[in-house]
Amino acid sequence: MITRPDPDQLLEKIQLDDAKQKRGRLKIFFGGCAGVGKTFAMLSAAKIIYRENIDVIVGIIETHGRADTERQLEGLPLLPRKTMLYRGRDLTEFDIDAALIRKPALILIDELAHSNVEGSRHPKRWQDVEELLAAGIDVYSTLNVQHLESLNDVVGQITGVRVAETLPDKVFNLADEVTLVDLSPEELLRRLQDGKVYIPQQAEQAKKNFFRKGNLIALREMALRRTADRVDAQMREYRADQSIKPIWQAHDRILVAVGSGNEAEQLVRATARLAASLKADWLAVYVETPALQKLTDAARDAILKTMRLAQDLGAETATLSGTEISTVLLDYARSRNVSKLVVGKPSRSLISRFFSPSVTDLLARDAIDVDIHIVVRQDETKKEYQPNIAIRTAFGLSNEQASQIKKRGYIWALVASIVASILSNLLLHFFELSNLIMLYLLGVMLISAKFGRGPGLFASVLSVSAFDFFLVPPRFSFSIADTQYLLTFVVMFSVSLVISNLTSNLRYQAVVANYRERRSRVLYDLGKQLASALTSSHIVEISTHHLAGIFQSKIAIVLPNSHDKLQEQQADLANSKIATVDTGISQWVYDHQEEAGLGTNTLPSSAKLYLPLKAPMRTRGVLAIEPETISEIFLPEQRQLLDTFAAQIGLALERVHYVEVARDALINMESERLRNSLLSAISHDLRTPLTSILGISGILKAQADASNTDFNDNQVSMINALYEQTFRMQQLVINLLDMARIQSGKVQLNRQWQMLEEVVGTSIRMMRPTLVKHQINVSIPVDLPLLQFDAVMIERVLCNLLDNACKYTPENSVVNITAIKNGTDVWVSVADNGPGLPPDRELQIFDKFTRGEKESAKPGVGLGLSIGQAIIQAHDGKIWAETQIPHGALFIFSLPIGTPPTMPALEEISAEISAETSEQVKE
Amino acid sequence: MTEHTNTIIVIEDERQIRRFIIASLENAGLQVYSAETGQQGLIEVGTRKPDTVVLDLGLPDMEGVEVIMQIRSWSTVPIIVLSARTDEAEKVKVLDAGADDYLIKPFGSAELLARIRAQLRRRSLATEGNSNNGLFMFGEITVDLTRRLVSKGAEPVHLTPIEFRLLTVLIRNTGRVVTQRQLLKDVWGPSFVESSHYLRIYMGHLRQKLEADATQPKYLMTETGVGYRLVN
Repeated sequence: MITRPDPDQLLEKIQLDDAKQKRGRLKIFFGGCAGVGKTFAMLSAAKIIYRENIDVIVGIIETHGRADTERQLEGLPLLPRKTMLYRGRDLTEFDIDAALIRKPALILIDELAHSNVEGSRHPKRWQDVEELLAAGIDVYSTLNVQHLESLNDVVGQITGVRVAETLPDKVFNLADEVTLVDLSPEELLRRLQDGKVYIPQQAEQAKKNFFRKGNLIALREMALRRTADRVDAQMREYRADQSIKPIWQAHDRILVAVGSGNEAEQLVRATARLAASLKADWLAVYVETPALQKLTDAARDAILKTMRLAQDLGAETATLSGTEISTVLLDYARSRNVSKLVVGKPSRSLISRFFSPSVTDLLARDAIDVDIHIVVRQDETKKEYQPNIAIRTAFGLSNEQASQIKKRGYIWALVASIVASILSNLLLHFFELSNLIMLYLLGVMLISAKFGRGPGLFASVLSVSAFDFFLVPPRFSFSIADTQYLLTFVVMFSVSLVISNLTSNLRYQAVVANYRERRSRVLYDLGKQLASALTSSHIVEISTHHLAGIFQSKIAIVLPNSHDKLQEQQADLANSKIATVDTGISQWVYDHQEEAGLGTNTLPSSAKLYLPLKAPMRTRGVLAIEPETISEIFLPEQRQLLDTFAAQIGLALERVHYVEVARDALINMESERLRNSLLSAISHDLRTPLTSILGISGILKAQADASNTDFNDNQVSMINALYEQTFRMQQLVINLLDMARIQSGKVQLNRQWQMLEEVVGTSIRMMRPTLVKHQINVSIPVDLPLLQFDAVMIERVLCNLLDNACKYTPENSVVNITAIKNGTDVWVSVADNGPGLPPDRELQIFDKFTRGEKESAKPGVGLGLSIGQAIIQAHDGKIWAETQIPHGALFIFSLPIGTPPTMPALEEISAEISAETSEQVKE
Repeated sequence: MTEHTNTIIVIEDERQIRRFIIASLENAGLQVYSAETGQQGLIEVGTRKPDTVVLDLGLPDMEGVEVIMQIRSWSTVPIIVLSARTDEAEKVKVLDAGADDYLIKPFGSAELLARIRAQLRRRSLATEGNSNNGLFMFGEITVDLTRRLVSKGAEPVHLTPIEFRLLTVLIRNTGRVVTQRQLLKDVWGPSFVESSHYLRIYMGHLRQKLEADATQPKYLMTETGVGYRLVN
């Protein structure tokens, strides 16, 4: 007995829970039959929630004119329905796009099993619901038991009415909540009588057909049973969750082998029921042998349909290939840890199975650790085997050509027997009859080998007849005196059969080999060309060209731009190989990474199939294909080929993408390097002469300021002006270089935990020469937290603000620097009591080359504030200006506080170190 | 005290700058020798035994850092670096190589003279040795290095062991820019060289206790992005 939880199972549960948290929750109001009050119950539940101020909306509700329900609907907000034109009639349908945009907390959607009007995004309403859930919207919906896929045939048998609208059991099983709405058959019939379910005329009709008491009881039982199963499963899950009692069972896994016959569907449904009752996972596989590849398209479509049904019923499906079905099945079963294998009952007689055992017999013989369940087949019809179109087209033969060849075969059979007859007549006198028959045999053999079974058999009949007629005495008559020639006849017939079979097999294998070779050749060709493609447009061109040829279809490939939006089609639309794509669908495919359009679950009415071009990292684009004949892309091997191509194109696009990324990075690096060297060169070349000018004017100024100066007053004032202007020019050069550095790329911040007062101090010191005539007050709280910033950059900001403050205020003005904690930010303000800012230009002044006063005599180019803004924004802060009352300008910038580093036991560390160092000192 | 004329060597390749430096230093009564290249400069420093070297980083023949390291291999003469490059990493590199101070171009002659005087003072202090009994003074502050006592005016100031250590390292390097890394290593130990916020906080404490206005310090100066300097 296993006593601890199976880790795989636990992991699976955790993953499921995770996925569930992000998804919306689905609650199903489940009933045995129409009219039990599911919609009513759903609306009542929704109303309670709506009263709690939760955003509820009615997506779609069919009241069927029921008064109770309509009353209940009042007061709930309705989502407008979409009107769709279908066969000349306007039909209203649930508008999934509106719902996704509106994004309510909860949406009500009646009739989960409903089929949407053709032309909607999804063929089924439950697929709409899936998309809503995936978008995180909770959904309430209703469902009748007869719509459940696995019960569909059972209900059909009981009631004689089979509904076309079915819901995969998986959806029901994975619903977060199921509420059973139950009503006794008597009550239901009474309600029907009262006209509460259908309007009276319909009610009478319904009562005769569907609403018979027996039906109602059966349906009710099924609904109850199904709900009970769910409750039971929940109970078990709960126990597993809470580990109340270790009842871990080995997990059953069932494998069903799907064949080609009609009975496959029953087989699948039976397995689904078996799996449900055993709470087991199940797999459906189809093993394709060379013989099965010869099936007609219709038969293969039927298999595909069965596989899709299995998928809808919750199975994992796989198509395997091999020559011996039983071996492949058993290998697969073993690899997937399957405990039960379900197969159909063999249909052939015991004797034929003795010579060529059926799959079931082989399985029974070889299976070691797997139980074999044999399901009885019902109606059995012989299938006609015809060579498959795809193979034939691959071989280059059309139906007509094939029949022409056959016709020629019969003529040749006639010719062969005539030639044999003439020859043997000529040779009759030289050879024995028993030797002459060899000539006929040769003819039969050649015909069989060349033209197959039909002409071969025809030739053998002709040959025996001719031999009998011309050669066997009595000659020129059919009377067989000697019955021993009967043996000749049988032998010839068998030889013809054996040889024609051998040849046809041989030819078939040649065709398959040919097909495989062609396939690998086209793959190789495309791969080779894609490998040499250097740009994505080149890849698109190559792929379009190749695929159009291989699939006889129109192709389009759309690529996304840098914002994950697919680009408009650039290609020449007149080109017959290019399909026009629907931007909406292709964007959907790109966003959801799922296929859509023709033959899929999403927008199947489109004439094109849209495939996402998936690459390892992400989807790289969308491939649209518009086939001339559907079979070109929907036969499994063609589809497989198409998928392989899509993957290859995706890979090629990704490769090119990374090449581009690498090149961009290289270019960036190079231009960064160039920019830096240019900047430092300019910086050097500007600073060097400026240093001389500043230095020399400084010396002159010192001399002019001295008491025993040689200069006259005029010269002194000129020297002072020279010095002042040089000093301003120095500021300007610094600002210009800073701006160039900041503008040229990312501001490289050296963010460290700093004390604001330190930076304020250094800024004031730096600006001291300009600030001599102003009074500066600083007010920074002692307990201000450390802030993470680049000290040099913030110093720049403060210097510029101080520079502005003294530039635009008269002498002796007061400049206040204040810092306060404001929520999660620290606000630093530089305020003056000058004239203030020009009105309404509080924002504009941060633009480059914008100055407070136009054409003013004040120096500067208006770079200071925009540099400040760039720096503060790089620090995730904000900078703005205000006008003070009564007058004065106020500049504030904010810096986020973040989480300063902890300084645990700083004093202890210091104490420890000081103890240590004092010891060292002693030594 | 004998009259000693301080000797300065200026290593600078730009003629105009060299001229103005020489002019302003000679005006201030200093003996100036100049060199245009690094090699020439090294010879001058070796033969003239200067009191301070003014070195431009952008020399045609050698890396400025290389010149500093060569001088440092045999001399402790103060070196003031002139540079047109503003980035802090460059400053730190130069200071770590052994320079005592740096000036960013363009600079004023007054600024250069002030820096040179600070270095000369430091040098004379070092040569005078412990003549003032381990007492160090700046502004109102008196630091008794042997008795580990600090006073502001007449008032004793209590410093924690860490604060005192920080102060002594700065005193030992008066006038010099000490890089953050160096301070962290000397005060806290080699494993704390990345914890620069420790330094900032303790520097803040020191200023609160010793400076008249902590936001506008007169002695404990910050060299933004580089380190600290004690000015007296």
